[in-house]
Amino acid sequence: MAAPTLDQAPLWYLSRSSGLVSFVLITLTLCLGIASTQRALASPRWPRFATQGLHRNVSLLALALLVVHIVSTVSDSYVSISWWAAVVPGVSHYRGLWVALGTLAFDLVLVLIGTSLVRLRMNATAWRWIHYTAYAAWPLAWLHFLKTGTDAAHGRFGLWIAILSAALVGAAVSARTTLRDDPAPVRSVVR
Amino acid sequence: MRLRVNPIDCAAHGLCAELLPEWVSLDEWGYPAVYDQPLPAQLVKDAKRAAAACPTLALKLLQE
Amino acid sequence: MRLLTDSGPALAEHLRVHGTLSLPSRGQLLDAVEKAGLLGRGGAGFPAGRKMRTVGAGKNPVVLGNACEGEPASAKDGTLLLRHPHLVLDGLDVAAAAIGAREQHLAVHAGSIALPTLRAAMAERRSNVRLHEVPTRYTASEETALVSFVNTGSAKPLFTPPRPFEAGISRRPTLVNNAETLAHLALIARHGPAWFRSVGDAEEPGTQLLTVDGTVVEVPTGQLLRDVVDLRGRQAVLVGGYFGTWISAAQAREVRLTHRDLRAAGGALGAGIVVTLPTTSCGLVETARVSAYLANENAGQCGPCFNGLPAIAGALRSLAIGPWDDRTMTALDRWLGVVPGRGACRHPDGAVRFALSALSVFAEDVEAHRSGRTCGRAKAPAVLPVPRRAA
Repeated sequence: MAAPTLDQAPLWYLSRSSGLVSFVLITLTLCLGIASTQRALASPRWPRFATQGLHRNVSLLALALLVVHIVSTVSDSYVSISWWAAVVPGVSHYRGLWVALGTLAFDLVLVLIGTSLVRLRMNATAWRWIHYTAYAAWPLAWLHFLKTGTDAAHGRFGLWIAILSAALVGAAVSARTTLRDDPAPVRSVVR
Repeated sequence: MRLRVNPIDCAAHGLCAELLPEWVSLDEWGYPAVYDQPLPAQLVKDAKRAAAACPTLALKLLQE
Repeated sequence: MRLLTDSGPALAEHLRVHGTLSLPSRGQLLDAVEKAGLLGRGGAGFPAGRKMRTVGAGKNPVVLGNACEGEPASAKDGTLLLRHPHLVLDGLDVAAAAIGAREQHLAVHAGSIALPTLRAAMAERRSNVRLHEVPTRYTASEETALVSFVNTGSAKPLFTPPRPFEAGISRRPTLVNNAETLAHLALIARHGPAWFRSVGDAEEPGTQLLTVDGTVVEVPTGQLLRDVVDLRGRQAVLVGGYFGTWISAAQAREVRLTHRDLRAAGGALGAGIVVTLPTTSCGLVETARVSAYLANENAGQCGPCFNGLPAIAGALRSLAIGPWDDRTMTALDRWLGVVPGRGACRHPDGAVRFALSALSVFAEDVEAHRSGRTCGRAKAPAVLPVPRRAA
């Protein structure tokens, strides 16, 4: 059976396009989050709070598109995915595992954004450790994108996004773990 | 309202000085020095932003 | 002598000399300590009775005795532990009774030679005191560092508030008292406030232990410094340890060993440490060596301290033994101005105050060194003790 056309299944296309864009934005969010920890990337013309603010705003935009993606996917009758599948992993029968990973990623995104909204009122260390789960959320989102969103008849476009985003995140994470970022020489032993 | 730095949590990220240069200055090692006086009313809004922006929440805005 | 009697450390001798300790009621004890006017002997000189009343008003308080003696030039607390441990242990009982504490802690430096004697004394009286062996870092015996050590095993100072008297060990109100303070409490509980006040200064009464050039002596408070130490051939005196200040020989000839007199002279009595500097030594060399020690002893928590103190120490070193560059003076002045008050504890403040007092008292030497004239005293034997550390 041939893939449906846009006029035949508008919600389906909305679901796939919003999914793709929100995945790209999530990738950008992660990279901006890493960038905002690097003192070397700050300058008088582009201060760190600007990167920090961009990270925050892109994450909210990603969430908005993610909600569009989820609502359109569930509303669409082309595939049957219940509302529960949006937050409970494993409930969907359609591509069960891969949708579940997306659901899990969404759950983590909700926690990441939720805790960040109340960051000033919660324990600083707890917030930090919860925020580290972003490094788990992204691969889940990537796998979900790869396995449910790249086989469309649109050619290799989706596949290229998957490859490039993985390369970008790989580079960012490796920079984060290898680059020293101390403000100044720490304790020097005086003779 | 008064600003205070917890020097143990502070890791010299410097966002506070970016957002509130009128009240926070950085020493040569990147660590902040804030005035130990009540904040002028017009700086309170930016002081709130600065305290929220601190990655380690070392900058505290205190009601005194 | 009150504290430093000729008796030995055993319990039997202690009881023979001082009599048994029968504790009056909590209210009576508090009144007695307040009336006695005992000031803490750990350095701050805060009224002991007032601190007790504040902590005692809290819920489920705890007593913590500080016998760590972090100041290298001090030996009084170690002497008390070694010769009269039961005075200190009695003091813990008195303090606990006065504030209604059901838990007693005692902090001692790990590896202290007094530990065996102390443990033997604790066994003799079947003591329930919890003994803590604290790392010997200078900053580790600060009161919040001790609390942190008991709570978490990390002997690093904490950000305040809350101070230990509000929330300390297990978040409970904690009375921190120096070992010598505890010893005086043991005697006040036996002989009463009038007896305590019968010697010494009217406002800061009693006797005090001083470590004078390494020797521990007990004198009534309020002595003239010149009556306690021979100032001949001395160019300056360090009073209060490394958390104290240098005073010139001229000042030393006039000053009285009380907190208020030394404060008025721009210094501090601290924990009763007095070290005289012979004219054959160089004050700047001594100061530079101690500043390096203080810089290395920071807890590594606060940027202005772990950056500023090594910078200051480095500058003092070049001032003391060269090479000297006038730009260093500008930088040194800047550092001395920018470091105090910006750490979690008062370590950087103390180190800066010590350095500033040296630059003032040894101003002539500073001028000489800056213009390149060596004083020829750099190789004199070290006067101020600095513990050796493994790197």
